[in-house]
Amino acid sequence: MAAVIETEGLTKRYGRHTAVENLSFTVEEGEIFGFLGPNGAGKTTTLLMLLGLTEPSAGSARVLGFDPVRQPLEVKSAVGYLPEQVGFYTDMTALENLAFVAQLNNLSQTEAARRMDEALNMVGLAQEVNKLAGTFSRGMRQRLGIAELLIKDPKLIFLDEPTLGLDPDGINKMLDLIVNLAREKNISVLLSSHLLHQVQRICDRVGIMRQGHLVDTGSLTDLAKKMGQGRESAGLEEIYMHYFKEG
Amino acid sequence: MLTIFRKELADHFSSTRFLILFCLIAMVALVTTYMVGASLKTELAGVAKPKYVFLMLFTASGQFFSLSQFITIFGPLIGLIMGFDAINRERNAGTLSKIIAQPIYRDAVINGKFLAGVATVTIIMVAILLLITGLGLVVVGVVPGMEEIGRLFVYLVISVAYISFWLGLSILFSIFFRSIATSALAAVAFWIFFSFFISFTSSLLANTFSPVDNQQDVKQVMANNKIARAINLVSPVVLYSESTSTILDPFRKTTKSMVLVGRMEQISMQRFQNPLPLDQSILVVFPYLITLLALTFVCFGFSYLTFMRQEVRA
Repeated sequence: MAAVIETEGLTKRYGRHTAVENLSFTVEEGEIFGFLGPNGAGKTTTLLMLLGLTEPSAGSARVLGFDPVRQPLEVKSAVGYLPEQVGFYTDMTALENLAFVAQLNNLSQTEAARRMDEALNMVGLAQEVNKLAGTFSRGMRQRLGIAELLIKDPKLIFLDEPTLGLDPDGINKMLDLIVNLAREKNISVLLSSHLLHQVQRICDRVGIMRQGHLVDTGSLTDLAKKMGQGRESAGLEEIYMHYFKEG
Repeated sequence: MLTIFRKELADHFSSTRFLILFCLIAMVALVTTYMVGASLKTELAGVAKPKYVFLMLFTASGQFFSLSQFITIFGPLIGLIMGFDAINRERNAGTLSKIIAQPIYRDAVINGKFLAGVATVTIIMVAILLLITGLGLVVVGVVPGMEEIGRLFVYLVISVAYISFWLGLSILFSIFFRSIATSALAAVAFWIFFSFFISFTSSLLANTFSPVDNQQDVKQVMANNKIARAINLVSPVVLYSESTSTILDPFRKTTKSMVLVGRMEQISMQRFQNPLPLDQSILVVFPYLITLLALTFVCFGFSYLTFMRQEVRA
């Protein structure tokens, strides 16, 4: 298995404040990697650096073999990014929103139509395509956001707090959808969240961030083992609290 | 960039904002021209071979103001209204971070928006000029000559550049300020200052730096005038109004006020009272035009720089 993301000492400073410091980790192809940490731990900043939307102050990254600083277009055409507050043109229908994204990706008409069909079926919005995006509920907006990512036929997607603000049913649908994408379409997923139960359910590996530092990475069982004798069955919540008590 | 350009253009034309703006301008333009046309007809009734009657449709003021004055004052509003929420609306709606995560260069967003605005302005201005031309033909019954058409074309180019300056300025504010209301307010403040208060400011400063004690003293008056004029020329509104009035009126041979015209220049102006040919008129206003264009580019370049460096967060 090849690494889809590799970073080496990635650092971002805003003036004297360091948002992300010396971040080194890898994400393997086809896995779901969860970024955990409280708000302001530097999760979103890391995603922006990996996408080439903000320049790292130090260190380097490779995303799908491309350097996000020097080859942002190559990265952006193969990586989908769902921001925390995804926005749509409210005076356009869901389909028009999708078509606009397809045009920005330089897809031909037929290819765009095919991918839009497929994406809408995948996220279960095929019935709602002609409604104005402004009338969508939070859950539908998130799913439309995922559909926009699928238009690119991405190899890797970044999801920033994908389940925040959804009702329980919406959360389940969203998690199932993410797992589906990873397993069926072999899309690698990097998601950031502070909702531990959900991350625990779907992530293959997690990375725990605190104040800009990546404290530890590994699968749940690995992390639990590190906690010592008798606690191998610890859930993510215990592991998480363990790291935060230390600091 | 073409994709964004097309979308923005479609947005402009389908927006209520555009419709209201266009109706307002078309209405004022038609009413003004009609009144001017009617009064021209009666006033010029006895004059033998009046020259450049067609251009008077634009420069003669009827009941209230002339059309070129109207565009000078309200043209900026067209630019401001189209640009003041260009970037920050998308930022607040969360669509900006989505767009720049697509495989396009970041400058494509701002280029597309600016060009779509310029295209819209051009279409508005061309439509208005054609409407007036048609109305002029009907009401006054004069056919514009080649020279007049050339002058109108130059007028059109200057006007589009002028309105584009305000468009660029308001886009700059929409990048700077996150709040839409703040950027609208800032843009309107600039507009009011440069349209209405610049002359107070310039005369205030001129009187401070070189006061005139004796109105008979030519040197004092000239020094005072020079300073006031230099300050006035900072304003794109002054640049525009002086250059268009020279372009639209072939009998104007200088953009300066009479006080500042040299003795020899005055003599030559009295001797040769024929109208200036178009290329000479253009020559007179050329520095103004260049300054106006430069201001537009500076403004746009500045927004470009800010936007490229700004971090776009969700």
